Amino acid sequence: MKCDASFVFSDAMLGYHFNADHPFNQKRVVLAKELLAAANTLDESQIIAPKKATEDELALFHDRAYIQAIKKAGEGLLQDDGGLEYGIGTEDTPIFQNMHDASSYLVGGTLTAVDAVLSGKVSHALNLGGGLHHGFKRRAAGFCIYNDAAVAIKYIREKYNLKVLYVDTDAHHGDGVQWAFYEDPNVCTLSIHETGRYLFPGTGNINERGIKDGHGYAFNLPIDAFTEDDSFLQVYEAAFKEIAEYFQPDIIITQNGADAHCYDPLTHLCATMAIYEKIPALAHELSHTYCNGKWIALGGGGYDSWRVVPRAWAQIWNVMTTGKHKLGDIPEDWLSKWQMESPVSLPATWQDDKNIVPTIPRKKDITEKNYKVLQSALKYTKHRHT
Amino acid sequence: MLVEEIMNPDVITLTPDATIAEALTVLHENRIRHIPIVDDQLHVIGIVSDRDVRDASPSILQKDSAEKVLQNELKSIMSHPVVTVHPLDFVEEVASIFYDEEFACVPVVRDYKLVGMVTEKDMLYTLIHLTGTNVQSSHIEVKVPHKPGILPEVASVFGKRKTNITSVLVYPFKNDPNYKILVFRIQTMNPMPVINDLRECGYELMWPNNMTGPKS
Ligand SMILES: [Zn+2]
Repeated sequence: MKCDASFVFSDAMLGYHFNADHPFNQKRVVLAKELLAAANTLDESQIIAPKKATEDELALFHDRAYIQAIKKAGEGLLQDDGGLEYGIGTEDTPIFQNMHDASSYLVGGTLTAVDAVLSGKVSHALNLGGGLHHGFKRRAAGFCIYNDAAVAIKYIREKYNLKVLYVDTDAHHGDGVQWAFYEDPNVCTLSIHETGRYLFPGTGNINERGIKDGHGYAFNLPIDAFTEDDSFLQVYEAAFKEIAEYFQPDIIITQNGADAHCYDPLTHLCATMAIYEKIPALAHELSHTYCNGKWIALGGGGYDSWRVVPRAWAQIWNVMTTGKHKLGDIPEDWLSKWQMESPVSLPATWQDDKNIVPTIPRKKDITEKNYKVLQSALKYTKHRHT
Repeated sequence: MLVEEIMNPDVITLTPDATIAEALTVLHENRIRHIPIVDDQLHVIGIVSDRDVRDASPSILQKDSAEKVLQNELKSIMSHPVVTVHPLDFVEEVASIFYDEEFACVPVVRDYKLVGMVTEKDMLYTLIHLTGTNVQSSHIEVKVPHKPGILPEVASVFGKRKTNITSVLVYPFKNDPNYKILVFRIQTMNPMPVINDLRECGYELMWPNNMTGPKS
């Protein structure tokens, strides 16, 4: 299916930059965008510039005192240890110049995507600069300052009163967004991630199901380290379909961290590009089944910036606009432009060779355990709709 | 950590002349499993568990005697004397009592008066907090020689990286008394720099290092 979609981008998004050694790098957005341009699937006319989120918009989710602290920090006015209570000034989330403005553009980009879709201008929108799911009400964490998804969902709730399904495929648990709507029955969150036994942030257990009126509207699939494509997709597809049917959303927001890949240096999942073809395809299909196509996709984590993230993110757009992912060779122009700068050899095809995944001796056990996680996570949806 | 920090101070009690029927109602309505039995001075003179009540309750086959049995006083079925703890005891001492005596709950007594209760569940909740899994963190395990000064040595590696440690545990290493396992939960999403520092200092990591193949 061919659909109208908007791609949020401007250079203003590139100001979100901690330092040269930091694993979170907005260059990934540029690489994905140029890959699409080289493949002739992104037209200038489809690009919309992000607005800058206002302080009132940020305050839909964030504490005013926190916003003030971020502003001060970005102007060099925060005392030495003054940022620590707000989670900034650490190795993960260092202070950088104009961090408030830069972060406001990322949130604004997601709001711009929301407005493009909810004004009826397009069916889908993609903001690869967003997806900062670890941001808390008054604390930065895990490379995330303002939580664009949480702000955008509050915005949708207030301005449009729609039921939102938030789906997070980053290898880290989508904790900031989950806790933000933990009591809200109109926002359903689903996160699939590597178990928090060892990996940051440590949360995202199956038994985190929401509280009070929100009970039964938070879903978690904590899968085992070394999980491979088939098992990942088996539990993810079943959960997403079942939850969409149970919740009947009006709009779907997906967070598309690309750090579950076997090349990713920060996680221990063992997926290949195959999951990054299926993930947007499912979101696309379900948004048309339940939401009249209303689907907003965001970026997120992903720390193999050269081999993994550009292809994974480009496929979201390919699916959004053509209904299909790309096959075959990566455009020569893109390869020759970036190979010089890349410290690793760039992939020549859209698909991965299955052999890049190391042999996992406990594959059978892992698959079985993940399936148990699925059954346990969906225990209550089954009860409700049968 | 002290018992007074984890105990529940709102305890539901009964007197020894209360009936089994009353105990059944109290257990059921409050969803609790133990009732301390106290006299009018709040001295703990016994304890009744849901199990004691169940064992004493008549089966449905003996309808005639049922009503009579349920009217028996609690002093006929309560356990006594009762093992109690003090608010200033350490939490880990209570854990030993639970383990050694196979209790699931102990009354807390100060100046001979009942002031609270600690259950196995409170104990486990405390344990969850002690391990630090309730805060955003990554988990790292380091194998170290069992010698003085090793903990600050390893911890300084995290300090140099401005990485906040949320919890530390020290485990024995299998059956080898010459080594210990230090378990850190640290507030970072990117443990790689710290991991590299630790390796450069010559420490052996238990996690993460059980990779099945190189992630290049
Ligand atoms: Zn992630």
